[in-house]
Amino acid sequence: MHELSIVSSVLDQLDELKKQHEGERFTKVGLRVGELAGVDVDCLCFGFECVVKETHWEDLVLEIEQVPRRQRCPQCGEEFRAENWATACPKCGEAETVIIAGEELQIAYVEVEE
Amino acid sequence: MSQIVVEKKVLNENQKLAAELREKFREHKILVVNIISSPGSGKTTLLERTLERWDKSKRVVLLTGDLQTENDAKRLAQWGFPVKQIITGGTCHLDAKMIEKHLADWPLDSFDLLIIENVGNLVCPTSYDLGEHFKVVILSVTEGEDKPLKYPGIFVKSELMVLSKVDLLPYVPFDAELAKKNARSVHPGIEIIETSIKGDGVDQWTKWLEGKLSAVKSGELVSA
Repeated sequence: MHELSIVSSVLDQLDELKKQHEGERFTKVGLRVGELAGVDVDCLCFGFECVVKETHWEDLVLEIEQVPRRQRCPQCGEEFRAENWATACPKCGEAETVIIAGEELQIAYVEVEE
Repeated sequence: MSQIVVEKKVLNENQKLAAELREKFREHKILVVNIISSPGSGKTTLLERTLERWDKSKRVVLLTGDLQTENDAKRLAQWGFPVKQIITGGTCHLDAKMIEKHLADWPLDSFDLLIIENVGNLVCPTSYDLGEHFKVVILSVTEGEDKPLKYPGIFVKSELMVLSKVDLLPYVPFDAELAKKNARSVHPGIEIIETSIKGDGVDQWTKWLEGKLSAVKSGELVSA
């Protein structure tokens, strides 16, 4: 249950960003959460609602893009979605493939009204 | 309406601090291992078995995290190595700031190996980089074989899985081969060592640590 810490890290970064965008109103924040990030999206949304309540972020909308795990084969270069944790290369059978997506925990963008 | 592209890690602050710690560990050639498991799977016990046979010339220090109590630090202090308890007061993971703070009064040239025993939790500690070289996950045979499938994040990020309490295998319905297969299905390259409170596998584990330690000392192993 570290989703509350994650929400406060997001809001801390937005407070910093706001200093460079004075007079603009942030309406939405977009987060990118990979399936290996260890973050429960429902908890994150609930935590977000609780934390922003009665603060200057009360009207901020949270949008989450969930990123599936993808792998790349070092042998043949195939890139694929790792379904059900099957990480062997579906093309050439190589067992040890490399994670290329799914570990993200990022603030992608904010939407502003001037 | 316009959009500002941010593209920053949410845990940016933690990441920055972890990178600073990693740089200091690199300068001083210190090996750092971050041990993660559910509560009660045997982190402290494994460390007790480790310290009782640890060569005094290889200087080790330990940080142990819990929500409350100094119990683990007291257990680990018996062997005379420096140990500090990190009481998180409710927080479910350790972060880089806690590591920095608790290392502050230990000179970095006074130890070769830092073992961090994280708060018992398979989820949250996974997200926080502490500047370590390796995460090590412990799975005990009194849990389920499917833990690697249920909590893949930590098994993917761990270099080594310690399968603990194997002395209980005759008494519990746990399929060790299936557990290892599950761990390898989420992380094909994961190393696995089986241990027990009776001392099984502990030599193999200390050899693993010593191997990594010499690689850090020789400059062969540099943490990314």
